[in-house]
Amino acid sequence: MTTGTTTARTYKDYGQPLWRRILVTREAAVIGALILVIVVASFSVRAFAKPITMTYLFLDIAPILLIALPMTLIIITGEIDLSVASIVGLSSVTLGVLHQGGMPIEVAGAIALVVGLVAGAINGFLITVVGLPSLAVTIGTLALYRGLAVGLLGTKAVTEFTEFWTDLAKSKIPGTAIPSVVILIVVIAIIFAVLLHFTAFGRGIYAIGLSPETARFSGVRVERTKFILFMLSGVVSALAGIYYTLRFGSARGDNATGLELSVIAAVLLGGVSIFGGRGALHGVIAGVLLIGTLASALRLANVTSDVINIITGTLLVASVVITSFLAWLRTKRARPGGKRTETLAAAKS
Amino acid sequence: MRVLGNFVKARETGILLALLIVIVVATVKNPSFLFSSDGFRDLLLTPSILLLLAVGQAIVIITRNVDLSVGSVLGLTAYLTGRLFIDVPGIPIPVVFLAGIVFGGLLGLVNGALVAFAKVPALVITLGTLYAYRGINVLWTGSDRINASDMPKDFLGLGTSSLLYIPWLTIIAIIVLVAAGWFLRTQRAGRELYAIGSDPAAANLYGLKVTQRVLVAFVLSGALAGLAGVLYAARYGTVNSQAGVNLELQAVGAAVIGGVAIFGGSGTVWGAAIGAFLLLTINRALPIVGVQDFWQRAVVGVLIIGAIVLDRVLARRQARKLVEMRDES
Repeated sequence: MTTGTTTARTYKDYGQPLWRRILVTREAAVIGALILVIVVASFSVRAFAKPITMTYLFLDIAPILLIALPMTLIIITGEIDLSVASIVGLSSVTLGVLHQGGMPIEVAGAIALVVGLVAGAINGFLITVVGLPSLAVTIGTLALYRGLAVGLLGTKAVTEFTEFWTDLAKSKIPGTAIPSVVILIVVIAIIFAVLLHFTAFGRGIYAIGLSPETARFSGVRVERTKFILFMLSGVVSALAGIYYTLRFGSARGDNATGLELSVIAAVLLGGVSIFGGRGALHGVIAGVLLIGTLASALRLANVTSDVINIITGTLLVASVVITSFLAWLRTKRARPGGKRTETLAAAKS
Repeated sequence: MRVLGNFVKARETGILLALLIVIVVATVKNPSFLFSSDGFRDLLLTPSILLLLAVGQAIVIITRNVDLSVGSVLGLTAYLTGRLFIDVPGIPIPVVFLAGIVFGGLLGLVNGALVAFAKVPALVITLGTLYAYRGINVLWTGSDRINASDMPKDFLGLGTSSLLYIPWLTIIAIIVLVAAGWFLRTQRAGRELYAIGSDPAAANLYGLKVTQRVLVAFVLSGALAGLAGVLYAARYGTVNSQAGVNLELQAVGAAVIGGVAIFGGSGTVWGAAIGAFLLLTINRALPIVGVQDFWQRAVVGVLIIGAIVLDRVLARRQARKLVEMRDES
């Protein structure tokens, strides 16, 4: 039912002039909202326009921004990965435990990435080979990976890290207020954007989301694509875990608990359809930045940080409800004399 | 004989068996796990609140939806309970219960209305309200905390005392469970929930009131979370703004372990209830059998995955059997 309306809308969109197709989109709305928040906050919130705001903004949202990239691709295929925050924790603990055991951070970090890859592969195996629903599988592995992380380290924390690396995680690009981690994010974001928007693999991701059967009959290797995406999600989450650990200089089993919901909220806010088949990376990146900017503007305006929860939630609900309301309005308006009545009349005669 | 056969084959039996094995193993290791008044009480008391959430969650999941906001609803009603006792001195306890249930039901109604009317997937809506409700809770509570001394003794007694060795909390949970089980099994509205979950489009074509039924499912889930919130206040005595955080995934996990299919249409509240029991009993049993309790979450994860793999295997086997039956006839 839902895929049907999505395809219909896509065809209709191509009947619109180019400028409308670019400007009247969900992604453009999110980017517009982001610009609006930045402009309003710059004028009304004292100290918001300072460079240091941006520094902390990026340091804070870096893990969400990173994980949102593979999450976007996964949600576009119609699946979901709830285990990402637990993989962050698991990679953080792996790094901490190995480094404590005398291993240099480079090696321990590489092993943490492999752990993330394996964790993602386990998700992928259960979902594509065994054929289980990803929602249920990743609720299970959310508990499992977090359990392994907490089990390995207990309530202890590893805080002894080489200063070079912890400084690097917090460092800025020389001469600017932009944290170095942004370079890493930009590189990975470009890789994902190319993968999703400019390759056959990426077109396959959309095709799977619109209709897995059609995609299979069109020659898309559905299972293999999903498997790769879950592995990518695992690796990127592990990378976020390494960053998280170094940035706070602390490896703990409960690091980044609950982050999966923030990531998913940001991705959905960015215009990705939970049914799959629809969404774009620029919208998602704008979505993450929107939540992050709002949060830091409010914090600077001395609004208690807890209001951010309400805003994240309300934004998410409002964005989907408004989209669905607009779609309803459009069908309502299209109906008199529209295609639907014509076919009905044709069927009757 | 047929009843017995059905019982042996039922999906719930396996999970019940697992629960019994856990209890037996823990009791053999340490007899006071079961055979002390405290042990027996905790065995029944600990899972009772999660049981209520799991029952509500099962009802919603059966309709092919999900309610991630239950932890936040529980937090809000738990704080409301404390506030009522402070702000309205001498308020009768049943009124507080009613207020909690109605308030939870209203929060559920918001979820249900957004899902049913706006036609937005429940996962998205309830993820949003999970944040929104928790945010409202934090805004309302601030750094305030409800303490046991703020609430009447009779009320707190509900959370800890027993009737004939069975804690009141458990009795309430069991009554709700039986009522929900009866409703889903025998009532027309209950059966329609399964029909909607199996195939929403078909249910709609068949003329079922899909919107209305889904709305009711969410109101029920909210009301049960509201009841759970009142009982949470009674059981723990202290309520801050973080009450019930992260409970939603435990509730979904309990339902999934209990054989409620995540894509709707099958499963029972009995299974979800046993799932809740199993989840929390394992948590308590692990330290006794010598596993550090840090590992409990890993075990829970294995359990959830094991349960869905098992469901898959059973479903395949049944499908094969049905095909064979068709071919024979």
